[in-house]
Amino acid sequence: MNANIKFVQGNEACVEGALYAGLDFFAGYPITPSTEIMEHLAARLPRQGGKFIQMEDEIASMCAIIGASLTGRKVMTATSGPGFSLKQEALGFAIMAEIPCVVVNVQRGGPSTGNPTHVSQGDVNQSRWGVHGDHAIVTLTASNHQDVFKMTVEAFNIAETYRTPVILLFDEVVGHLREKLVIPDEGEIPLVKRLRTAVKEGTDYHPYLPREDGRLPMSDFGSVHRYNVTGLYHDMWGFPTDDPKIVKGLQRHLVDKIESNAHQVQKYKEFYLDDAECILISYGSSARSALHVVKNRRLRGEKLGLIELQTLWPFPSQLIRERCEQAHYVLVVEMNMGQILREVKNAVNFPEKVFLANRIDGSLISDADIRNILRIIQGKGV
Amino acid sequence: MAVKDYIRERFFPHIWCQGCGHGMVLNGLLRAVEALGMSKNEIVMVSGIGCSSRISGYLDFHTLHTLHGRALAFATGVKMSLPALNIIVPMGDGDALAIGGNHFIHAARRNIDLTAIVMNNRIYGMTGGQFSPLSGYGTKETTAPYGNIDHTFDISALSIAAGATFVARTTAFHVQQLSQLIKAGILHEGFSVIEVMSQCPTYFGRKNKLGGAVEMLRNFKEITTPKGSKAKQANPELIERGILHQIEQPEYCNAYEQMTALAQKGK
Ligand SMILES: Cc1ncc(C[n+]2csc(CCOP(=O)(O)OP(=O)(O)O)c2C)c(N)n1
Ligand code: SF4
Ligand SMILES: [Mg+2]
Repeated sequence: MNANIKFVQGNEACVEGALYAGLDFFAGYPITPSTEIMEHLAARLPRQGGKFIQMEDEIASMCAIIGASLTGRKVMTATSGPGFSLKQEALGFAIMAEIPCVVVNVQRGGPSTGNPTHVSQGDVNQSRWGVHGDHAIVTLTASNHQDVFKMTVEAFNIAETYRTPVILLFDEVVGHLREKLVIPDEGEIPLVKRLRTAVKEGTDYHPYLPREDGRLPMSDFGSVHRYNVTGLYHDMWGFPTDDPKIVKGLQRHLVDKIESNAHQVQKYKEFYLDDAECILISYGSSARSALHVVKNRRLRGEKLGLIELQTLWPFPSQLIRERCEQAHYVLVVEMNMGQILREVKNAVNFPEKVFLANRIDGSLISDADIRNILRIIQGKGV
Repeated sequence: MAVKDYIRERFFPHIWCQGCGHGMVLNGLLRAVEALGMSKNEIVMVSGIGCSSRISGYLDFHTLHTLHGRALAFATGVKMSLPALNIIVPMGDGDALAIGGNHFIHAARRNIDLTAIVMNNRIYGMTGGQFSPLSGYGTKETTAPYGNIDHTFDISALSIAAGATFVARTTAFHVQQLSQLIKAGILHEGFSVIEVMSQCPTYFGRKNKLGGAVEMLRNFKEITTPKGSKAKQANPELIERGILHQIEQPEYCNAYEQMTALAQKGK
């Protein structure tokens, strides 16, 4: 077998993607169903000269990767629900201080300790609004291992491009399922290198003064430019301020740098959309079942299509509105009580024709679950 | 380099009240850095949130002003990533030992080469005078108006028990000793804790009728004594100043390098 072809768990596909992207610092705390990510990295990183540290909790893990990112490393942490809750304060710090980093949440059932070994997609909204205060964030997801790999690389690229944390929102089924992964050759997927300042030693460097394109060149801790990094509103030197003009400008910048580049980070896949009368919208492991239903119905000549979301936030409202314009009805397939359903209803011009096929009991949503809802919508009774 | 070369004058005046002990700690710290002849590029100062933690913004090092209680966790990431850097972590008593207590004991246990300076004013200064874990039984604070029923703990004893390999204590009054101890702490390879008894005349002093900064500083002189002094034998109530504990243990980043070498051999 080709050395580049592996038969792995989704969590390992994430590890492979991260290492491909140049991950060289990981801090974490064990939690099901994400633990395999840290276990694999504990073995892999030291062997290739990277750093791995098991911290005392998820808060500390999040803080440690931010510290390491400031020295110029590509960093990641991985967790699940309860740990993701703990990371929120430091995640907000990374947003405010504009620190590139990747945070993986392999979802399990919540709230609280919830349903640790079972699948859920209940953290979609938390990944958007878990951090207090107005902000923007990028959340990516995937339904199969090749895409887990691709989206992980993408996460690092987006983190570097926009100086922002990126959340990888996987789920227990994708994390633990074993399937084929082909690791691309070096160079096959372009990698974004950190943008570093060209300002010379002795010249005033402004770590928080965006260039015309909105990007902010960085300078590694330990090199010639010394500056302040803070979670407070700050001026172009990184020094705390409550000057209303600066506060407003920074608040806008933090949101605009993501929102105005939304189309660049909104990834999705579409199947049979051209003539689709019924469009399914799904993501993560739910999209596997959704695709199955669509393919089977197509064999019978029914005009079903699927939009598989790979970027959940910023939510691709415009795309959904345009693609669904001609559909007779839309069915959102997810494993929560309608978190993406709400976004889709907001996006389209006919919210009354948007329905939900979901499952909230810790089992993977099945073809039959989706078919049952389709039958009701199509007026065939149950 | 003169002491003023270590300061970011652009950001002065500082936010501290008149007579606050934190400014004195800043002085002692700069003297230590100057005496060591350290380059500014090799120093990273990581702080949390509190009046004490504002110290980082005023200094011309790489400075990282983080979250309440989390400075040591951020600092661990910086140090692990680039062990050649010298990391100084100034913290408040609440910052280090209430919200940050878990990170504190685990940084000590790992014996990672960080220099933690705990500026212990026995109160939450920044939020306006609530009791901290170091306030002590019977003291008065805005959240203990009838007298505090929370017991305090001994930072040094805790640090030693948790595995810190350098533990020292002094006060804001003893600035000379303060800079000596910070110097020794920076030179020590491993986790160093320097507790500095510091005054908050605005809240702890006023609430507990201890007078102003001058009286509080005089009190530090009266209630402390050099470690191992005769005075301590005569009066066991006195609080000892100086290096209280120093041992050699493998440092965390060094241990990681060794482990890495092993992992690579077996590749
Ligand atoms: C998570 C969180 N909780 C609470 C606060 C509010 N807060 C800011 S500083 C502080 C206490 C400061 O006391 P201490 O650490 O002793 O430092 P000092 O101001 O006395 O120097 C508190 C409770 C905060 N910023 N973040
Ligand atoms: S409130 Fe207390 S600790 Fe804070 S600056 Fe004033 S005197 Fe110092
Ligand atoms: Mg205090």
